Amino acid sequence: MQCPKCHGNMRTYDRNGVHIDQCEMCRGIFLDYGELETLTRLESNVHQPPPAPQQHYGQAPPPPGYGQPGWGQPYHGHRKHGSFARLLFST
Amino acid sequence: MTPTAELVTAMTRFADADGDPEILSTRSGAVVIRVGRVVVKAHRAETDGDVLTAQASIVRHEALRGVFAEPLALTRLGDRWISIWPAGRPVSPDDPDVAPWEHAARLLARLHTAPLPAVGRLPVSGGPVRVAQAVAGLPPGAVAEKEITAAYAGLPDWARDRAPVPVAGRLAHGDWHLGQLVHLDGTGWRLIDIDDVGTGDPAWDLARPAAFYAAGLLAPEVWARFLDAYREAGGCAIPPDGDPWPALDVPAKAMTVQLAAFAVTKTHEDNRPLDEIQELFVDACRRISGLHHLR
Repeated sequence: MQCPKCHGNMRTYDRNGVHIDQCEMCRGIFLDYGELETLTRLESNVHQPPPAPQQHYGQAPPPPGYGQPGWGQPYHGHRKHGSFARLLFST
Repeated sequence: MTPTAELVTAMTRFADADGDPEILSTRSGAVVIRVGRVVVKAHRAETDGDVLTAQASIVRHEALRGVFAEPLALTRLGDRWISIWPAGRPVSPDDPDVAPWEHAARLLARLHTAPLPAVGRLPVSGGPVRVAQAVAGLPPGAVAEKEITAAYAGLPDWARDRAPVPVAGRLAHGDWHLGQLVHLDGTGWRLIDIDDVGTGDPAWDLARPAAFYAAGLLAPEVWARFLDAYREAGGCAIPPDGDPWPALDVPAKAMTVQLAAFAVTKTHEDNRPLDEIQELFVDACRRISGLHHLR
């Protein structure tokens, strides 16, 4: 493929799944249909704030009056397996 | 016939109830069986009869009416003390979130605020002794031995059974967990197991759920239900409002050490690795001792 501007030879690169044709002479770039939109979408993902952390019960500060010791750790839920019941139900 | 089988036969005869004996527990030297409508317990061989008699008198005392299942009989049978109790329905271990936490809290609050009954020499309630035993029983070189002993070493002397408990003078169960609660037909929920009942720091009775909460294993909602009910019933082990942890910190740390130590000892004997729940208590020991920074 030849550059539509200077007729130099164009090389194809692959950037994040987008084919980019770049002229070896004038460095001009040619995009296929839809590729500009793909790049725009990739760019907006980069600038988006990170998703809010998932809300865990224990990650909220403990309600006043119930507290949590300094050596404690937040509740993670769904752990009622293994020796859970034995340790809660026997000496 | 094994000694246990002989004992069960003697206990069944003593129970004098309809039904075949069903062994409920043979842990820590005690044997508990159910025969029809009653439960028969052969207490540990080293049980002091005077202490057990005093404990039976405490739970029968009118100030505590409705708190404990009351013994139907207490006697010496050969070299063992045997007691008979009404059989009840235990708490289902399937979903601790729906356990009768409020009932438990109210019963404990009543126990803790009851006047000390005049029943002769009151025993010291369990707690520190068991933590000391748990750590003493750790097999040398067992996994996490360092973390557990370091957390234990950081506890005050009274929590390691090396000094008198400073907050004595209250009645306490001494070994409370969800297995120490049964529902008696037509009567309601009652505490069971009097072997560790005595005077001591009542906060120790809240230590099991407190340790589970601190390990991230007990939902904050469940913890709140338990504490709210305890406070509403006038329980005196924690302040009526505000942060309960100044009162709970040492007993909950000690219970964490105990749970981790018993788990490590048991899995060492069985030649198995710790499961995720047991690891969480070892992790808590690391945080208690400050060793998590070195991990």
